[in-house]
Amino acid sequence: MHQSLLEIVSEHIESPVAPDDTVRPVLTLDQGRRIADTTGASLRKVERTALAAGALPERYMRNSRSYSVADQIRLCDARVAVIGLGGLGGAVVEILARAGVGALVLMDGDRFEAHNLNRQLFSDEAQLGQSKATVAARRVSVVNSTVQVTARAEYINDRNAAERIAGCQLVIDCLDNIEARFVVARAARQTAIPMVSAAVAGSTAHVTTIFPDDPGLEAIHGPYHALKDAKGAETVLGNLPQTVTMAAAMECSEALKVLTGRTDRLLRNKLWIMDLSDNTFEVLSLV
Amino acid sequence: MNQTPTTIDLRLFATLAKYRPQQEARQPIRRGMTVAQLMQALDIPASEVKLIFIDGVRAESDSPLQGGERVGLFPPVGGG
Repeated sequence: MHQSLLEIVSEHIESPVAPDDTVRPVLTLDQGRRIADTTGASLRKVERTALAAGALPERYMRNSRSYSVADQIRLCDARVAVIGLGGLGGAVVEILARAGVGALVLMDGDRFEAHNLNRQLFSDEAQLGQSKATVAARRVSVVNSTVQVTARAEYINDRNAAERIAGCQLVIDCLDNIEARFVVARAARQTAIPMVSAAVAGSTAHVTTIFPDDPGLEAIHGPYHALKDAKGAETVLGNLPQTVTMAAAMECSEALKVLTGRTDRLLRNKLWIMDLSDNTFEVLSLV
Repeated sequence: MNQTPTTIDLRLFATLAKYRPQQEARQPIRRGMTVAQLMQALDIPASEVKLIFIDGVRAESDSPLQGGERVGLFPPVGGG
């Protein structure tokens, strides 16, 4: 008899009893791979089928106290654009891929240089000169091969932005200058996609979440036409790995809240600020 | 008029740190002075200040200070 993939996957779901006596059905990575090999289905499809059957792919077991199977399905079915793949973007992509966001659009026209090595997680000595988008896509494929990646080795601009982020549930601004952030914000507003934005200089960073009807970046930087030069404090203070990676983690926290529908405690119209020089962490009101 | 010296808790972030007065957390002010007047008194160029917060809420440079507030000033920040 011909078995459906759901039937095959269901037969291989294990139901270990957790220390707190709850039963959490799991499909192990080994079983998933075996099913993919024997059926010809992609591992992505196998793991998505396990989720549909109420089981967690093993890779997400440590998410399970916070994210239910239903949450994990939302993440798996989500498509997120990450614009900029440097210090913020590298860490954001690493976290979202591990968390189980199912599809990522990765956009950056830049190539890795030696001065990126202090903070950009996808840069390494062997890959200097390579496209950040290409390297990021390769990294995702080895971290979580069930994530669908669209790599765009190009810079965002007003002509391509709306098209590149179309179809995404969220766009994450990981850029390195204020003017380009406005490009992303305009496109996000036009396409009615929420956006998470972070900016960093030295030991200081701030993060906010913007929905299409919100005042958005203008509440932080003032009107676009009044931007004198788009240079920020980072041109003087540089970018530190601990600051940029923390800001990226905060962006991911917001992103995962948006994607799993935990929208009542977002940084909407708020600015999370931190300064690691004296351990300041605070949420400020932008309106 | 009450001329008793009063203070605010001033926080200068990122590149503005170089304008930090001696006692940032107990910065004396004249009651009723605006944030712009405070910046002028501390030689902080208005062109370097992008965001002003008073007690955790965004404010403007003409917002008056009464003493006891927490005031935060940010330069433009855009790196990643």
